[in-house]
Amino acid sequence: MASHAMTGASHREPNYLEYKGKHTGILAWILSTDHKRIGIMYLVVLTAFFLLGVTLGFFMRLEQLYLDKSVSLMTAATYNAIFTLHGVTMIFLVVVPGIPATLGNFMLPLMLGAKDVSFPRLNLLSWWLYVVGALIIFASLFSGGGLPDAGWTFYAPYSVRTATNIPLAVFGVFILGFSSILTGLNFVTTMHRMRAPGMSWFRMPLFCWSLYATGWIQVLATPILGITMLLVFAERLLNIGIFDPSLGGDPILYQHLFWIYSHPAVYIMILPGMGVISEILPTFSRRTIFGYKAITYSTLAIALAGSLVWGHHMFTTGQSWYANFVFSLLTFLVGIPTAIKVFNWVATLYKGSIRIEAPLLYAVGFIFLFSIGGFTGIMLGILNVDIHLHDTYFVVAHFHYVVFGGTMMALFAGIHYWWPKMTGKMYNKKWAISGWAVMFIGFNLLYFTMFIMGYEGMPRRYYGHLEQFHQAHRIATYGSWVLITGILMMVATLISSLRNGEPAADNPWGGSTLEWSIAGLPPLLNFDEIPEVTEDPYTYNPEPEVAHE
Amino acid sequence: MSSHASSHDAHEIHSDFEGAKIAMWLFLFTELLLFGGLFIVYAVYRSKFPAEFAAGSFALDRVLGVINTAVLLTSSLTVVLGIEALQRGKTLLAKWMVGLTVIAAGIFMVNKYFEWSHKFHLGLYPGGDGMLNLPEGMLRSGGEIMFYNLYYFMTGLHGVHVLVGMGLLIGVLYFMNKRPYKRGVTVADDASDEFKLANLNPRNVSKLENVGLYWHLVDVIWIFLFPLIYLI
Repeated sequence: MASHAMTGASHREPNYLEYKGKHTGILAWILSTDHKRIGIMYLVVLTAFFLLGVTLGFFMRLEQLYLDKSVSLMTAATYNAIFTLHGVTMIFLVVVPGIPATLGNFMLPLMLGAKDVSFPRLNLLSWWLYVVGALIIFASLFSGGGLPDAGWTFYAPYSVRTATNIPLAVFGVFILGFSSILTGLNFVTTMHRMRAPGMSWFRMPLFCWSLYATGWIQVLATPILGITMLLVFAERLLNIGIFDPSLGGDPILYQHLFWIYSHPAVYIMILPGMGVISEILPTFSRRTIFGYKAITYSTLAIALAGSLVWGHHMFTTGQSWYANFVFSLLTFLVGIPTAIKVFNWVATLYKGSIRIEAPLLYAVGFIFLFSIGGFTGIMLGILNVDIHLHDTYFVVAHFHYVVFGGTMMALFAGIHYWWPKMTGKMYNKKWAISGWAVMFIGFNLLYFTMFIMGYEGMPRRYYGHLEQFHQAHRIATYGSWVLITGILMMVATLISSLRNGEPAADNPWGGSTLEWSIAGLPPLLNFDEIPEVTEDPYTYNPEPEVAHE
Repeated sequence: MSSHASSHDAHEIHSDFEGAKIAMWLFLFTELLLFGGLFIVYAVYRSKFPAEFAAGSFALDRVLGVINTAVLLTSSLTVVLGIEALQRGKTLLAKWMVGLTVIAAGIFMVNKYFEWSHKFHLGLYPGGDGMLNLPEGMLRSGGEIMFYNLYYFMTGLHGVHVLVGMGLLIGVLYFMNKRPYKRGVTVADDASDEFKLANLNPRNVSKLENVGLYWHLVDVIWIFLFPLIYLI
């Protein structure tokens, strides 16, 4: 695939950062319909939210240093508000839009050999809805009855009764849902319509495949969240008691509707991450991906099976034994395509010419952390084990291993991988690798301790804890400091590369997908000539011609 | 909105009508699932309170319901006729048909208004007097309250969709009244000769087709809502 469309250096068009459009200054960004600028804008806003979420998490951990609550940092009500805001920020503003909105926006058209996404203006609208949704959520903090304190899940009946400003927060989530739907719809259409000539479905890079599956889940699952949020909204404002038992409603029904969206949403979070890993491993081991089609089908299988397992969040609600049995079985089944991917990744590395760089370390770290997260997910899917572990720190640890150790690590991996193509600069390799190492150690100190605490019975979301958990809480809090140090090292390394970094080569890692065929930073329309694709992706053959003839 | 004139001229001249239709269908899936969530809620409460739901639905005004169903079905026909007419270059007929669709949608909403305001008058709304206290002073059961909750929420959300559809149809009418070749960039250079002969803007055909799809969805959802709420 690499042999085509090497843009001649003779007549360089202005790249997407140099390009002068109708607007100048900040307007040239916030009114731009260029998918690359939109991707960068998402990245900037998302980084700000991520750091906000990290700060909130930092304070939650700090509070747990205090066994004696009479001298601690905050009141129980503040603690409730902080974990709610931490959850809402991290889930709805960071992890769900995460990879598709940032790397997906920037890379999808480049990897497909297209000039832009199918609907550039709709793409900009998605970004605006994202920002407006976020602003509405933050407005809910400073208005009405106070900080929302219902947890990111907004479980009824508490969420329909608490005096805090739930309606506005819920409305913000509804707006964010629209943003997510429009992005998914745009990406799916783009892949149907804008692949370069010769790029059949099975020549699409795996990152695109993962965005395709994600797009479908976004389109099909998000509306259920939308209607649930609308019902909560109506319940608060119009007295329509769908979930409130005192008005004849059923709070368990809320949980069903919420998880019908929110479990598939977990796959909205993780599938693009898996796609990023599938790009990085072949590049840094100089081998074609092992089992391209197996990875593709397993992506689709995860998207399908993952939509049918929501009931495993509700094993302790007293739903029928048969429902529990079926949901438990389906949960185990999701493990199969996931394991197929992990084996394929490891097999890709096997006997490869491995080059140790920051993106590869993040990717390998992903495999390690995600495998622990996935495995503990299977444990939680076992009916009797779940009774013991439900609503404990074990669940918190599992979730962070999957979403932070999985999605966020994959996002970091992808940022390090594509940074040269997005910014034209190389970051300092040693600092990038040290940042990763510190982060990895801190991560495991923080969250592995939570597994042990949870197994021993520490419930999640509790303001205080018993003395028997105190030592573990201290270790976890120290771990959080290490983790945050690592995150700050990474952010600082990347930002300083913008000023001090070496100019990046056109294809610093020797990648084989189309985005690397562009010389320098991509110009506004990405390709001077739409490339024609004649090979499968990841063709890393040392003697390509000889091998075929 | 486009800050990059050159990029977006390129996009606009070669508008991908097929892509627009794919996106519209994907959007319709989201709408189906939005109402799908409501149908789940309805199914759960109907099975929990079958007698109360039956009583509730008998108390509704079926004549109004039937009239509204007929009006909405007819409007689906007129929008299809409008698309057919526009594709054949009969622009004036097409405008009339789209206009009739808007009028039908208006009739639907006026009927809805009378239906709702009658109930409000009787105090039959969430939190209203008629809901919590029967004339004899008896409390309504939870099931009946739930029926009215769902009645208002489902028909209300559908009503919002009707209003949005009216807005979209009026928007298409506006574009159909604009002179097609104005500003020189609205017509595809590679449009077929038939389109050019008929002085037709293919972007309007695409717009009307997609709005028509949306309108059919509004209709289809009503076809399910009507029996669920009024008949059974």
